[in-house]
Amino acid sequence: MAKLFIDGVAHEVNEGENLLHSVLSQQLDLPYFCWHPSLGSIGACRQCAVISYANEEDTRGRLMMACMTSVTDGMRISLKAPLAENFRTTVIEWLMENHPHDCPVCEEGGECHLQDMTVMTGHSFRRYQGPKRTWQNQDLGPFIGHEMNRCITCYRCVRFYDDYAGGTDLAALGSRDRMFFGRFEDGTLESEFAGNLVEVCPTGVFTDKPFAQSYTRKWDLQTAPSVCTHCSVGCNVFPAERYGEFRRITNRYHVEINGYFLCDRGRFGTHFVNHVKRIKHAGIKESDNIFEFGDPDRAIEQAASLVDDHTIGIGSPRASFENNFALRELVGKENFCIGVNDQELEILNAIIKVLQSDEIHTPTLQEVEQADAIFIVGEDISNTAARTALSVRQATRLVSLELAKNAAIPTWQDAGVRDHAQHERNPLFIATPAATRLDDIAKDTFSGSVNDILDVVYTVSDHITDETTDEQQFAHQVAQALCNAKRPLVITGSGLASVDLIHAATHLCAKLNDTGVKISLLVVPPEVNSIGVALLGGDVSLSSALTRITAGSSAIVMENDLYQRESKATLDKALESSKLVVLDHLEHSTVEHATVVFPATTIVEQSGTMVNYESRAQRSFQVFEAKSEIQPAWKWLNEIATKLAKPLGWNTYEELLDRCAESTYAELLEVAPSADYRIRGALRVPRQTHRYSGRTAMHADVNIHEPKTKVDPDTPLSYSMEGLNPGTQNGATIPYTWSPGWNSNQSVFKFQQEVGGKLVSGDPGLRLITPNGMKLPRESKNALSNDRNDNTLEVIPIHQVFGSGELSNYSWPIQARSPTPCVLFNQADAEKLRLAVGSGAKVAGLTESLEVKVDTRIPAGLIGVPANLFREMGSTLGFDQIDHDPDFVAKSKTSENLIAKG
Amino acid sequence: MSLQDKQPMVGLVDEQAGPLSISEYERHGGYTAALQALSQKTPIEVIELVKEAGLRGRGGAGFPTGLKWSFAQGEPATPGYKYMVCNGDEMEPGTFKDRYLIEFNPHLLIEGMILGSFAIQAEKAYVFLRGEYFDAYSALDEAIKEAKAKNYLGKGIFGTDVNLDLRIHSSGGRYICGEETALLNALEGKRAQPRSKPPFPPASGAWGRPTIVNNVETFCNVPGILRNGAQWYKDLGLTEDAGTKLYGISGRVNKPGLWELPMGTPIREIVDEHAGGMQNGFKLRGILPGGASTDFLVEEHFDLPMDYATIQNAGSRMGTGTMILMDDSICPVDLSRNLQHFFAQESCGFCTPCREGLPWVEQLLAKIENGEGEEGDLELLDQNALYIGAPGNTFCLHATGAIEPLQSALKYFREDFEYHIKNKTCPYKKKQVNH
Repeated sequence: MAKLFIDGVAHEVNEGENLLHSVLSQQLDLPYFCWHPSLGSIGACRQCAVISYANEEDTRGRLMMACMTSVTDGMRISLKAPLAENFRTTVIEWLMENHPHDCPVCEEGGECHLQDMTVMTGHSFRRYQGPKRTWQNQDLGPFIGHEMNRCITCYRCVRFYDDYAGGTDLAALGSRDRMFFGRFEDGTLESEFAGNLVEVCPTGVFTDKPFAQSYTRKWDLQTAPSVCTHCSVGCNVFPAERYGEFRRITNRYHVEINGYFLCDRGRFGTHFVNHVKRIKHAGIKESDNIFEFGDPDRAIEQAASLVDDHTIGIGSPRASFENNFALRELVGKENFCIGVNDQELEILNAIIKVLQSDEIHTPTLQEVEQADAIFIVGEDISNTAARTALSVRQATRLVSLELAKNAAIPTWQDAGVRDHAQHERNPLFIATPAATRLDDIAKDTFSGSVNDILDVVYTVSDHITDETTDEQQFAHQVAQALCNAKRPLVITGSGLASVDLIHAATHLCAKLNDTGVKISLLVVPPEVNSIGVALLGGDVSLSSALTRITAGSSAIVMENDLYQRESKATLDKALESSKLVVLDHLEHSTVEHATVVFPATTIVEQSGTMVNYESRAQRSFQVFEAKSEIQPAWKWLNEIATKLAKPLGWNTYEELLDRCAESTYAELLEVAPSADYRIRGALRVPRQTHRYSGRTAMHADVNIHEPKTKVDPDTPLSYSMEGLNPGTQNGATIPYTWSPGWNSNQSVFKFQQEVGGKLVSGDPGLRLITPNGMKLPRESKNALSNDRNDNTLEVIPIHQVFGSGELSNYSWPIQARSPTPCVLFNQADAEKLRLAVGSGAKVAGLTESLEVKVDTRIPAGLIGVPANLFREMGSTLGFDQIDHDPDFVAKSKTSENLIAKG
Repeated sequence: MSLQDKQPMVGLVDEQAGPLSISEYERHGGYTAALQALSQKTPIEVIELVKEAGLRGRGGAGFPTGLKWSFAQGEPATPGYKYMVCNGDEMEPGTFKDRYLIEFNPHLLIEGMILGSFAIQAEKAYVFLRGEYFDAYSALDEAIKEAKAKNYLGKGIFGTDVNLDLRIHSSGGRYICGEETALLNALEGKRAQPRSKPPFPPASGAWGRPTIVNNVETFCNVPGILRNGAQWYKDLGLTEDAGTKLYGISGRVNKPGLWELPMGTPIREIVDEHAGGMQNGFKLRGILPGGASTDFLVEEHFDLPMDYATIQNAGSRMGTGTMILMDDSICPVDLSRNLQHFFAQESCGFCTPCREGLPWVEQLLAKIENGEGEEGDLELLDQNALYIGAPGNTFCLHATGAIEPLQSALKYFREDFEYHIKNKTCPYKKKQVNH
């Protein structure tokens, strides 16, 4: 610790960090632009000037940039000295020379860091008389709007996009006062993290394009703390609502998980909530796919009539823990199926074993960023758990921080660290069937089938103890790197649908553990609540559930499109004349088979708990009330049970949660405060900002009467602007970040213990699994049979961050961004089949043709198919089962490069 | 004493004959210093000698060369790990000394770089050359070929175990590339933006490795020092600063040009004796002593000797030592506008005061020059000059240099600025027509 005197007042700060960081950590205001807590300092904007004094006698001092100055013990600075204040005002005056006066029509208005800083410095009168510079903007694709005239040249965009996220198609172009930040030509930004530009840009250059289509000021949005529903990482998000519609997602800071950044599936994937295929009413099937809507009571009656003691309940890994619990309560554990196919069930059980073992640590993403050697086994994390890939990218930079320290360069001095370390990276090894978007930072890659990868992993295991092997070998290098690292990490997952991979990775980690290496293992499950629903458990597998349904059992399917789980042929047969009650958000293939259908709320319209890959249970609070008859599945289920005269015993979410915690995990109650939680003993946390545009405008889409404030019985949040959001409350209940003078997302530091640290009251979420003494199995693999031959291709599922997520595929921006479903070949195989890149291929078993792509890494003998079509085909395809489709038309080229260039 | 001993850099030059060939250069003792040093001296001894001689950087800042080299002398001594870079990106307005040296005496530069590289144990050296210097490029390229053929460059040079790979990098062309860290970024193929310091290049420069960047003229001083010794070198200077200096003059003198003279030659002597005095009808009013980015000197300073300390004490910098003369027919406002146009245009665009402040300054000056100046404009200029120009307010010294001629013009020629604003006209416009 160091003592820092700021305007004569002593503060305890961390020695060696930069002054700006220290000042902000003391909750003091100091304007800045180019600095970012995750991106460090570069000293470009010169906004954070302070006066530094040599000693107590020094009254003149020297002007310096806080972000570029290391804190030393006893240092004396002033934020308020006239020279510092005047200089900072002048910097804003310079920045505003060319900034347009378009705040009233700018998407950033009201949450603009530039607006805030301009007000903070007091610059209000324009003295510059020259013309303003103007630019031609670019079309950057479906996600990001571009308005270069607003640019203040802080360089944050390129520093995030290129330096931090590894993007290559956004650049600082031009020079002097003609700096342009964009692509070399119009086109979709390729990085799956491009959406963060919206929040990284301190003004309105890069904006949320889908949000702009139905725009609302930040102060008129209703928000609540929520969890991203699009993969198993569990990033914290703020979904926002206006007029009963979902509007946008912004990042909700969580130091251990997403930090300041989200992936674009998470940011743009939730527009499915407004999809035209939303089920809005309870319906009863009359005949041939014709449902009669409008009488929910009769639907409940009808559903109740189908339920008996043998009714199967099929839950879902994308439904909340509580909803799954509710269904399990209704049908009984003996009739409950968690809603994943048998292969996936096996994988989830293997992951739970890893989580239960105290031999291997499952890291948070914050810990992933500290891993000094990483081996990725089979999983294409850029596509299945994208935020993880961003953390892996940071981890490979650890060595550069070490080099910087040795050269006396502060680690926060970002440009200096990068210039000094150049291309030095920590070892990252990737063994996957095809190229990935982390290959550019990998020390080495291995390409092969699942069996080939298994071979490599077991060989790595062997090399840990046997050092006599070939040093050039991939496996040897991996073994060396993992053994020599302080914090080695193995990452695998369910992406290749192989439990063997998880066993192999576990085996490798157990072996490393035996030799004294403290190893971490991150296994990526498929969906947002896969681990939660697996922990809840059910006695019925999906295959036996389908068998029983075929045999005549009725079934309740909740928030699950079974067509995402099993092949169309299997399901068409099983559900042909089934008695099916379906509760879900959207009209999907399973709904077509329903006898009764109920409209269920999505994650943003209900409260619930999701359990992420590390078994961290996180509460997602309801943002707004769904329109029409849509209500949470647990309510429908209780109404059905009540009709059967067997009420489940809850009327509110709170009561459901109590019951759920009582019979499953008591910790669920500690994940977030209960509905009676009040701030200062009396106040709820408001979902609306204190600047919400008046109650008569709340439902301006309907009328201008002031609605009665609805009391929320389920959560400590209010559907109102009344209450307090001081940041000191329980971290799970922060509905938005805002602080006096800080209207933008930059205000998050006011909610942290220190800049980039924990939230004031700690980080939300609790791990449900406490590791126990259970030993991991160490058995080696059985001999693997490789049934590949010259006439067949082994089928490999290929995941797409845009295109493989079930719900996000209903989100229109994601649809616009998704590539044409494609089939990946090795060059030689494509030539053998006489298929040109970009042409269409008819694949046996599929109704639609796929676009032909050649991957630089996929070995001959493998064929990559879209993950969501994988279940439709066998494990191998004959060359004669693939044909050229002369009529094929690929989607427009906007989505190029989603397959890694390799 | 031969001409070469009095003028070690340009004494041998015959402008009509073109670049000095390797045989001509060697006939007058060229490369003997390198041969001797590499075979008989240690790198430390070379550094000590250069330190003792008192050689200061000729790029403008005047940093002691031997001291700079010693920063990169330490570990790691891995062969090829360090870089020696020659800054030949001569873009300072009014400056043409490095061009002259490379075009006419390229082997002197090569020998200087061999000695410098040996001193810091670099096996790779680059000459970062201004892109427009086509003649210099071909002269240097030819000289490098000649030196390679004689094994003065390459592997095991001069029959020793020393290696040196010397290459020319022709700049894409920005004034900021003359800033040594922007130069290194450009050399690496990145945007030519300065780097933050620390780390300084001797600790972490090109590709993150210890790197020494020296000016062309600095290197050209080294062979003489090695050949004739430190005392000889010190004795060359007339004042405290050692050696000779290439002084240049542009402006309305009778014989504008470039001369190698003892360090500390008085300004008036350079103007009157070497440049032949002012042209008839023109009176000398002000001097930018070391290129465009230095403060004006006026009448009271004209008898001062041109050396680092004296000119600094007079409120300016010796800079490159190539002076721009302002006579009484030139409007100080228009001259300032012209200079600020150059500096605003050459800003790299990285930091705010330079990128946004200089164009505003240029606009204000144009406004005043065009007779549209208003009350308050001078105060705005003063404020901008103060906030842009103070060292440390900007990321590098580009803007500081840009403001130097402006702040001194506002000080010495303020009545001209005030006249423009008060009378809404430029009084020099009429005057110029008469000449």
